[in-house]
Amino acid sequence: MTQFRRYIPVIAVAIAVIILQVVLSKTGSTYYMTQITMSAFYALVVIGLCLLMGYAGQVSLGHAGFFAIGGYTAAVLTTFNLTAYSNTPVVSLCRSLGLLVQRQDIYGTDILAFSAWPAFAAAILLAIIIAFLIGLPVIRLKGHYMAMATLGFGLIIYRIVLGGRIFGQADGVSNVPPFRIIDGLEVNGRAAFRIESYYIAWFVVLAAMVLAINLVHSRVGRALRSIHENEEAAHSLGVNTYRYKLLVFILSAVFAAIGGVLLTHYNGSIGPSEVTVMKSVRYLVIVAVGGMANLWGALFMGVLLNFLSLRGVFGSYDDAVFAVILIAIMLFAPQGLLRMLNIRKISSLLPRRSNA
Amino acid sequence: MPEAMLETKKLHRFFGGLHAVNDVSITVSQGTIKGVIGPNGAGKTTLFNLIAGTVTPHDGDVIFRGKKITALKPHAVASRGIARTFQTTKLFAHMTVLENVMVGRHSRTKCGFISGMLNLPRTWHEDKQIKAKSLEILKDLGLSEHAFEKASNLPFGRQRLVEFARALAMEPQLLLLDEPAAGLNIYETKELARLIKWIRDRGVTCLVVEHDMSLVMAICDEIVVLDQGRKIAEGPPRAVQRNPEVIRIYLGDNDA
Repeated sequence: MTQFRRYIPVIAVAIAVIILQVVLSKTGSTYYMTQITMSAFYALVVIGLCLLMGYAGQVSLGHAGFFAIGGYTAAVLTTFNLTAYSNTPVVSLCRSLGLLVQRQDIYGTDILAFSAWPAFAAAILLAIIIAFLIGLPVIRLKGHYMAMATLGFGLIIYRIVLGGRIFGQADGVSNVPPFRIIDGLEVNGRAAFRIESYYIAWFVVLAAMVLAINLVHSRVGRALRSIHENEEAAHSLGVNTYRYKLLVFILSAVFAAIGGVLLTHYNGSIGPSEVTVMKSVRYLVIVAVGGMANLWGALFMGVLLNFLSLRGVFGSYDDAVFAVILIAIMLFAPQGLLRMLNIRKISSLLPRRSNA
Repeated sequence: MPEAMLETKKLHRFFGGLHAVNDVSITVSQGTIKGVIGPNGAGKTTLFNLIAGTVTPHDGDVIFRGKKITALKPHAVASRGIARTFQTTKLFAHMTVLENVMVGRHSRTKCGFISGMLNLPRTWHEDKQIKAKSLEILKDLGLSEHAFEKASNLPFGRQRLVEFARALAMEPQLLLLDEPAAGLNIYETKELARLIKWIRDRGVTCLVVEHDMSLVMAICDEIVVLDQGRKIAEGPPRAVQRNPEVIRIYLGDNDA
């Protein structure tokens, strides 16, 4: 079945992930896993952006904003102490619905706050609403006008986070509890949960990849690519270009927000550095290096570059490195690094892939 | 008299001070090929765009199979059964020929974001049908051997043919052809004439904007002549050819 050929790389990556874990555990270097897990969460943003930019051809320089909307919503809802409001009808309603949890923070004070799942749901819902409202006008813009508008959106989120007391201003929000997905399975930054979180992260990433790959190969994926190639022609063939661009914008925002929520629980905190323009640029660079309309390239580069960055390989030149990569890619390999190595030639030696 | 497939009623469109389309009413009968001719700047392409929804009229109506489609967006016009080709071929250059044609099935299929992402059985069942239908159309137009080639790699004449295939994939009731012979050589134009007649014989009504008089005279059942935004003649090719007004704008009169 040619249908299932597209999932072969998913299985290959899953096996590689397992092998990597075994090797790291055997060699006693599991600490690498922490950065790999974080990179995997960042890769979620990149996968969404790849659909938006690489396939639909819509540039966004504001995706760190959506990452932050996810992360901060989860952080605030799971840490904001509602004890003082416990008698108000809204809070007692939430409590009776089982959305709240009573726990102790690291200083031993009792905290009544939202548990992780409702916070997650709220974060995604908020990302959808904001992406919809921002998308309505922004999606009408073309090329660099859209880039500028989304850049502005990112800046607004940055200033809100930096100025809002509830967002901890320059300090961000810390003491975010782990995300217990089900009993005995949680996204937790502590060393004891390293392997568990690593697998959860990769499960989520590969699930996102499967969804994205399916989408790209579907009628919708073809429509998105046709918009990228020639919007007028796509429109004349019955593709509701505005609607499709808006929906893929929202979808990519949701991917970014999920990444934000999970990483925030994993790190136990989120700060304004996650919302800077350079973060948005970084995601864009990764999609470009990965080869634009190339989900696997984006995933590979997303994990690799974020891992190197988190390991501190680029030192204090971190942002500069990404900027240089962007310039170099645009000048020398607009098809992306992997294309430059001529993956096509290699893959043409393999059994023929279904083209549809 | 066959049923009217498309009617425009007193269409008007201005571009700044230019009255590009001025009170144009035409009727396209079902199962016929209608030609729109006229000198450069006569308003032919604007009339086309008014029908296709790319440009909205300032006054007047477009009626398709008895229903008003005035000022609908292009995708809505397309989903009602009107396909079009462009003056300069607008293929999806980096997609394969087959994928180009598959996009043409868009308005005839349903799969959305969610079912696309989940790849539900009915999604890939639908996709299989899209592919089969598209391959069938490519075969009809003699493009089978190019199905898996990148569209931009094809020679120009073939690219135009792919655009036809893509439009036919919509299974339209009306096909708008914007200067289909532009850039084609004599042989290719002859092929084109045969193709357009074949399309009509399959029950697709055609409206053709064209400069190439020999082509228009050879294939059209009826012709509309525009000049400076106005309709100056309408009728069968022979009658239009003899129309003194038409002869004047094409050959010039003594005062010119």
